[in-house]
Amino acid sequence: MEFFRIRKDIPFMKHALVFNVISLVTFLLAVFFLATKGLHFSVEFTGGTLMEVSYSEPPALEKLREALAKEGYADAQVQNFGSSRDVLIRLPNRDGIETAKVSKKVIASLGAIEGPKPEMRRVEFVGPQVGKELASDGAMALLLVIGGIVLYLAMRFEWRFAVSAIIANLHDVIIILGFFALFQWEFSLPVLAATLAVLGYSVNESVVVFDRVRETFKKKRGLTTPEVLDHAITSTISRTIITHGSTQIMVLSMLLFGGETLYYFSLALTIGICFGIYSSVLVASPLVMWLGVSREQFMQVKKEKQEIVV
Amino acid sequence: MNRYPLWKNLLIGIVMLWGLIYTLPNFYGEVPAVQVSSGKATLKLDAGATTKRLEESLAAAGIQHDGLFADLTSVRARFRDTDTQLKAKDAIEKAFNPNAADPSYVVALNLLSASPQWLTSIHALPMYLGLDLRGGVHFLLQVDMKGAVTKRLDATTGDLRTLLRDKNVRHAGITREGQSVVVKFRDVETQARAKSVISASTNDLQLVEGTEGADFKLSATLTPMAQKTIQEFAIKQNITTLHNRINELGVAEPVIQQQGLDRIVVQLPGVQDVAKAKDILGRTATLEIRMVDDTPGALESAMQGSIPPGTELYSERGGSPLLVKKQVVLTGERLTDAQPGFDGQNHEPAVHLTLDSAGARIFKDVTRENINKRMAILLIEKGKGEVVTAPVIRGEIGGGRVQISGRMSSEEATDTALLLRAGSLAAPMEIIEERTIGPSLGAENISKGFHSTLWGFVAIGVFMCAYYMLFGLVSVIALASNLLLLVALLSLLQATLTLPGIAAIALTLGMAIDANVLINERIREELRNGSSPQAAISAGYERAFDTILDSNVTTLIAGIALLVFGSGPVRGFAVVHCLGILTSMFSALLVSRGLVNLIYGKRRKLEKLAIGQIWKAEA
Repeated sequence: MEFFRIRKDIPFMKHALVFNVISLVTFLLAVFFLATKGLHFSVEFTGGTLMEVSYSEPPALEKLREALAKEGYADAQVQNFGSSRDVLIRLPNRDGIETAKVSKKVIASLGAIEGPKPEMRRVEFVGPQVGKELASDGAMALLLVIGGIVLYLAMRFEWRFAVSAIIANLHDVIIILGFFALFQWEFSLPVLAATLAVLGYSVNESVVVFDRVRETFKKKRGLTTPEVLDHAITSTISRTIITHGSTQIMVLSMLLFGGETLYYFSLALTIGICFGIYSSVLVASPLVMWLGVSREQFMQVKKEKQEIVV
Repeated sequence: MNRYPLWKNLLIGIVMLWGLIYTLPNFYGEVPAVQVSSGKATLKLDAGATTKRLEESLAAAGIQHDGLFADLTSVRARFRDTDTQLKAKDAIEKAFNPNAADPSYVVALNLLSASPQWLTSIHALPMYLGLDLRGGVHFLLQVDMKGAVTKRLDATTGDLRTLLRDKNVRHAGITREGQSVVVKFRDVETQARAKSVISASTNDLQLVEGTEGADFKLSATLTPMAQKTIQEFAIKQNITTLHNRINELGVAEPVIQQQGLDRIVVQLPGVQDVAKAKDILGRTATLEIRMVDDTPGALESAMQGSIPPGTELYSERGGSPLLVKKQVVLTGERLTDAQPGFDGQNHEPAVHLTLDSAGARIFKDVTRENINKRMAILLIEKGKGEVVTAPVIRGEIGGGRVQISGRMSSEEATDTALLLRAGSLAAPMEIIEERTIGPSLGAENISKGFHSTLWGFVAIGVFMCAYYMLFGLVSVIALASNLLLLVALLSLLQATLTLPGIAAIALTLGMAIDANVLINERIREELRNGSSPQAAISAGYERAFDTILDSNVTTLIAGIALLVFGSGPVRGFAVVHCLGILTSMFSALLVSRGLVNLIYGKRRKLEKLAIGQIWKAEA
């Protein structure tokens, strides 16, 4: 079986400008949604109490809300979760309430309602100081990833490659966040982990293409820079699609079988993988071209490399 | 040329065998067990003796066990089913803790791996499951360091007062103002003398001279060094206290760890009674000993609303009101032990306290000066105090051995001892994060994680075999070996496996296939360009190496960043992700090449590779 039977190099670079405009528009849209709608942060970031309660038969949510309001939690969010028998309750942190005792009180007041009795499945309580730290830790992790990748690529390739790879992939990250803002999906810690993993993963995609670019520059003389890029992309496109397809199969499996906890995690990965293909091939490469990559830079690199080998 | 030297084949073989052995325990499942561990800091568990005692007690009760296991901190017995386990627990509890009010051992229900003895003896254990998979409670507690320092300053106020009186330095009042202790004097000479006296007695205080109106004053603040020591001590003391409290709960494998400078993580696997766990943990009580103000009429006027300065109104446990001086004589830090017992003379129930040397000295002075007065022992919880007991001082008490007796039942004595012992937190704590996972959810999470990995793997396997034929099969075997090694590594390191960790296993497999795809595509390309099959294999693997290395390093960078800055679920993800990248490098490069070499390496005249269709563009 073979999916890709490409006779000639596909002239990707001819349309470089179009791709870059598309990217820019999606990017700006993502930024727009982030700015206007903002992310729907999970309890881990905002602080508060989250409870998952299970009933033997579907309870009337309205009654639960009333019971909680009577208890003084008028701002409680009560919603179904997964099935109609599972209920998710969110309570924001408030001053003057002994936050650590909230879950106990809620269970007591839910138990007092007539009808099916609740079974506590999961409680998560996060104090206000923890959330802030998580946000700053997340930002630090992002910075470390960016710095580390740029440094490594600059060492192994050239700064132009490093810069364009990281721009292309940050664009992915922003777009993932844009999706989460647009649909108001819950942004939790696993989603953050997925986002950063995607960053590492799609940089790896750019690396494969760049590797080919370097090789083509060295092997084939007389090609212009766009031609070299076209050749590199064309000869790796089959691998790109198949690799991403395989990873996506795995992610899809998590999306289908992983349940609620892994749902948004795999959703972030799905978006990341789809845009990862696009951006590393069609954004990173034109960027390298705009930044002015040329054969001469690799001739130097080659010499250095030989020295290292010796 | 496509043959590995013997040592390389052997290496791969040995690594795979190792992986298999360490993965094995995960397949055996778990059996019910009872665990016995020490319930007291002072009691060291003697493994040999305890094992013997355990065996005897089970034999006496006529209960059969499936093996006894001892390690440094506990002895465990396996049982056939949960009924036997419960019966055994009762029997063991009776044998080890004859006095139920003061248990010396923690006897807890636990689950043990059902894997054979030889696996356990080479430390091949099943993966350590996180709370989200096995169910249980997780708490993050914040220690109030400012509270610890303030408490020390309050104690310092008392210390200075005693010191200056002992040295006959007349002062005009000692008070704590914010983060410093201020001592006032009438004249400069006394101020100077006091300064030299104080600095001779302690290194922990920084003294600054000043004036206030007509008075001269000395402001004493704790040196940064002293503050640091106090904080370190506070967190250690709190962790010890938490250990004692959790022992009451009878949890098999509690985790109590310091996190950062001022936080403590508590994980109680399998605990379902969250309310009780929280009550016991959340009992952020601190202990204080103060004098009772017995001035006639003072209590009555306080009851009517005018509380005399320097005193506070509390209620005794019986309910009767009590006027207590604000000045703290001793804090819980000075208490080293509290045990229930009986009075030596009249055999009344009593509580025996042991104080440290500084505490003993202070106590001796205070009791000498206050004979026939009452002293109150207060338990302060979340700013609210309760008088545990307020005994009358019968005589001077030296040596740091204190006995509280009178009007107490033996049950009350036990309770009080426990409260005093467990109540002595060096600094208040607050729960800032709590996660409770029910056991059914844990089991569900395991099956969800397992199924997503399984079906993803099957789908990838089918596709790879269809697309790359024999080379696809090799890739799948390499991927399976990757999974095997990863699970073995996780079992060996006993890293905590969480649901995001399982997701990371799945994701790692999905990403690891990349290396194999790269190699297979390269080989096809070489064949397309007219290389001979043997040359194509060799060139394919060699050329792909650089790319695989580069891409894995970038993924690893992201993984390490998550490991460094991540906490909780992110860390669980990152650990597996990083390990997975390492094992996938090994399996994609060495294992798959080794297999291909075994299959094709010996054939000289190789016409065709089973790598699927090679389509050549007509020139």
